[in-house]
Amino acid sequence: MIDIFGITALLVILIAFGALVRLVIGPTVPDRVVAVDTINTLTVAVMILLGVVYQQYIFIDVAIVYALLSFISTLYVAKYIGGEL
Amino acid sequence: MIADTLILIFLAIGLVFNALGVIGLLRFPDVYTRLHASTKATTFGSIFLFLGVVVFAISQYLGTSDSQYLMVITHTIIAMFALAITNAAGSHAIARAAHRNGQKPQQAVVDKLAEAGL
Amino acid sequence: MIPFFVTAFVAFLFYLVLVVGSGSVLFWSTEEITAGVIIGLVTGILCRKIFCKSEDYRMLNPVRLIQIIFYLCGPFLVELTKANFDVAYRVITGRIRPGIIRLRSGMKSPLAMTMLAHSITLTPGTLSVDVDEKTHDLFIHVIHLDEGVEKKEALEAKEVFSYMDIPKWIRRIAE
Repeated sequence: MIDIFGITALLVILIAFGALVRLVIGPTVPDRVVAVDTINTLTVAVMILLGVVYQQYIFIDVAIVYALLSFISTLYVAKYIGGEL
Repeated sequence: MIADTLILIFLAIGLVFNALGVIGLLRFPDVYTRLHASTKATTFGSIFLFLGVVVFAISQYLGTSDSQYLMVITHTIIAMFALAITNAAGSHAIARAAHRNGQKPQQAVVDKLAEAGL
Repeated sequence: MIPFFVTAFVAFLFYLVLVVGSGSVLFWSTEEITAGVIIGLVTGILCRKIFCKSEDYRMLNPVRLIQIIFYLCGPFLVELTKANFDVAYRVITGRIRPGIIRLRSGMKSPLAMTMLAHSITLTPGTLSVDVDEKTHDLFIHVIHLDEGVEKKEALEAKEVFSYMDIPKWIRRIAE
């Protein structure tokens, strides 16, 4: 059963590379911010899956903190490109 | 046995929707439509991946009654809510900033916000 | 006094949720409960002005809090599922006709506006972009506008949702 979570984590990482393509080519700055936001969401999912795979449930706490911190960084970058900072 | 099938279904749904979100991110023409794809699809997909973990933890807890699985369940649900709320708010912030930055919605038939001039 | 108690109680509950499964009193150990009480009191003293800014305490009504849970499990989940199949269809076929339109929300309180904007972002084909602070109107980006909608001055809030009357729920919860 654990193997399935490992395979899923691997596939989610592969999907995240697709978002990395948009991060590299994306013509404008907001496009890149969207790509980073997507990668952050997928990273949280991968952390929780890996926590189950390695039986290290502290990863899930790390994932919660990572989700909140990535939200704050997204907000600040959005404020910056919107010219409100 | 039921738990295994349920986990497989949840993980498959999550993977499909995450993949669709990223395909939409690569395929759509401008930043707003990309936000549509990435926000909705990856939030929904990640919720299903988390539900797979929750079902796994519940089945383990019922099997072994080890209290660390209880912690896994609650923490995963907290992460789910944190992700759903922060994704919506973050996409709202990015859309507003993109419009203030002067990004025009491409192929758009109407732009009431530019007409209002806020 | 009410802000202090509310903040302390919410912090205490959140601590208990985070350390569930630590001992034998129900699910918690005595040490963790003591630590939770102390942390809740300290949080209440330090953060009461940050978390409870307004003087409006109607969200303390338990009926409204229970209604939030029903709202999340019922209408919101239906619309979220439909939104994702809608996005999947648009991604696969690429058939889009986007535009930014004005939406009359009809909400007064900030909490109701926030809930409506979040619901709009996670429901079919719409994404909230900006808000008009004076008239409480929302500007939303729609991924597929029907023919003729762009001629209208503004839409009513319930026209963007498909099955459920989401604005009625939000008005019942938060106004």
